[in-house]
Amino acid sequence: MSTIEVHSPIDPSKLAVVHPLPDVLEPRKSRRLLIGFFMGHPAIAVGALLLLLMFCIAILSPYLGTMDPTQLATWKRTRPPSAVNWFGTDMLGRDIYSRVLYGARISLVVGFSVAFCASVVGLAVGLVSGMVRWTDGIIMRAIDGMMSVPPILLAITLMALTRGSVGNVVLAITIAEMPRVARLVRGVVLQLREQPFVEAAITAGTNMPLIIIRHVLPNTLAPMTVQATYICASAMIIEAILSFIGAGVPPVTPSWGNIMAEGRSLWQVKPYIVMFPAFFLSLTVLAVNLLGDGLRDALDPRLAKRV
Amino acid sequence: MSPLLEVNGLKKHYSLGRPLFGHSREYVHAVDGVSFHIDKAETLSLVGESGCGKSTVGRAVLRLFPITAGEVRLGGERIDNLSAGRLRNMRRKVQVVFQDPVSSLNPRMRVRNILAEPIKNFGLVRSRAGLNARLDDLMKKVGLPADALNRWPHEFSGGQRQRIGIARALAADPELIVCDEAVSALDVSVKAQIVNLLQDLQRELGLALLFISHDLAVVEHMTHRVAVMYLGKIVELAPRHELFARPRHPYTVALLSAVPIPDPKAKRSRIILKGDVPSPINPPKGCRFNTRCPFVFDRCRSEEPELRPVEEGHLAACHLNDQPVSESQLRGVEAMARRIW
Repeated sequence: MSTIEVHSPIDPSKLAVVHPLPDVLEPRKSRRLLIGFFMGHPAIAVGALLLLLMFCIAILSPYLGTMDPTQLATWKRTRPPSAVNWFGTDMLGRDIYSRVLYGARISLVVGFSVAFCASVVGLAVGLVSGMVRWTDGIIMRAIDGMMSVPPILLAITLMALTRGSVGNVVLAITIAEMPRVARLVRGVVLQLREQPFVEAAITAGTNMPLIIIRHVLPNTLAPMTVQATYICASAMIIEAILSFIGAGVPPVTPSWGNIMAEGRSLWQVKPYIVMFPAFFLSLTVLAVNLLGDGLRDALDPRLAKRV
Repeated sequence: MSPLLEVNGLKKHYSLGRPLFGHSREYVHAVDGVSFHIDKAETLSLVGESGCGKSTVGRAVLRLFPITAGEVRLGGERIDNLSAGRLRNMRRKVQVVFQDPVSSLNPRMRVRNILAEPIKNFGLVRSRAGLNARLDDLMKKVGLPADALNRWPHEFSGGQRQRIGIARALAADPELIVCDEAVSALDVSVKAQIVNLLQDLQRELGLALLFISHDLAVVEHMTHRVAVMYLGKIVELAPRHELFARPRHPYTVALLSAVPIPDPKAKRSRIILKGDVPSPINPPKGCRFNTRCPFVFDRCRSEEPELRPVEEGHLAACHLNDQPVSESQLRGVEAMARRIW
């Protein structure tokens, strides 16, 4: 075969003028102040502020001019809001203002406990599923099965099996919400394990446990935090629904769902019984969702499409 | 003296997964019998179009997955079947620089920790002071200021990140670095910097490089020998000047004719390959290039050409090298090339 004339390719050293690197890098931007950060992310600022307010209410409820939220006073039932009973009283004469303020405790405890527990369990399940390939099929089919039942229905079913208490409510909602975290973490882990920096760590002689701790885990935390805030909001709503239908915390405990359930039959004549707890629930859920949206945008803009 | 790296009959087949019913399994023949060697302080370039298996060869040498068949020897010792414990020592000798400067550095680790990882893993220093001295030395070698150590990867540009990637590879004190498209993602001036840096380091440290690239201009600038891959096989392997001046495989000719010339008036004959690369699941019988080769004849469709020496140090796998090409055949091909151009 004869050779075909081929032009000599480019010599990059002749083409490119090579500039030496500067000896000193640009001085690093000083760490942005907290205020600057909040200015850049108004959603986080508003959400965090509202949530902080709710926390203050929950912690300081005994000192905010409330009376015993469980004390019955049959002689002053279903009173409209007044100087004594700021939000009025319910069918048993209990002070709604006090009950709503104390109810913040249940919502926040349930919301954050579920977010924490579901994240931890979901992270563990997702990591195993993503890193140990043979378990993936089994775990993911089980997760699919759990996700085929709507979380509210699953939580109601689980609560039907047991006694109503805050612990059981947290457990039931955690089981119902955990699959979402597990799936997210698995997806992120599957993506991460193919990343060149993980392969570089393997060639650098790092063993598997260290690769998980050093290279995989820290990179799953951002998407997981965002997911956790959504779960927190969703758990508060599920808790209220459970209480509302009588499957949640015992009726004596003031929780927003319970208060609304009691006011349900009088809704048309005494709307304030339902409206005050509903307003607080909406506000809290809004705060958490704002925080979640803001965190998502701040931590990883690409995530906006995924979650 | 045995070569630093020896690859014999390397195969890597990926299973496409078991069908739910039945037993017929399909395999992607990503790499299908590749042999080559690299000497100490030598650069071997692996070129070919996307999906020809060149990166798979690099990863097999790095032992990032088990290989299907064949053997990989490093300094005469087989490394493809080592146990995890023995593998560790081998890992130090072969390091990698990846294509994408963004995803090759963990965004949640400072540069200091990224570079310290291999040093600590392989126990290359005994004290904290020793570590710091080594890190400073690495920074100097790749031309980055020492204060870069305490920064995060996102604070650097693409070229600077690639320098960090090279520093990480050097940290393990390797004998061979696999550069998997190491300069492909960089713009031209930065590309030249990194290529020159790699050459300087090679001279200074006596490193061998397996330079995987599709950029023939860069390859011609920096390599000693070139291996051209097509559909999982090496079709031609020759010293740089030899390959660029007298290619002996039609695919190589086509590749070289596709290199852009920075002169709009330059006239040349181009071979434009028609069609796509055949599927590596069912590679064509006979010569793998027969579906696109402008010189194809009957023998190519039935008999697979072997990679055989056609000159001293120049191997090619093409039946055309066996038989004298008739004058009329050659004229026909040239006329075709002109018409296409």
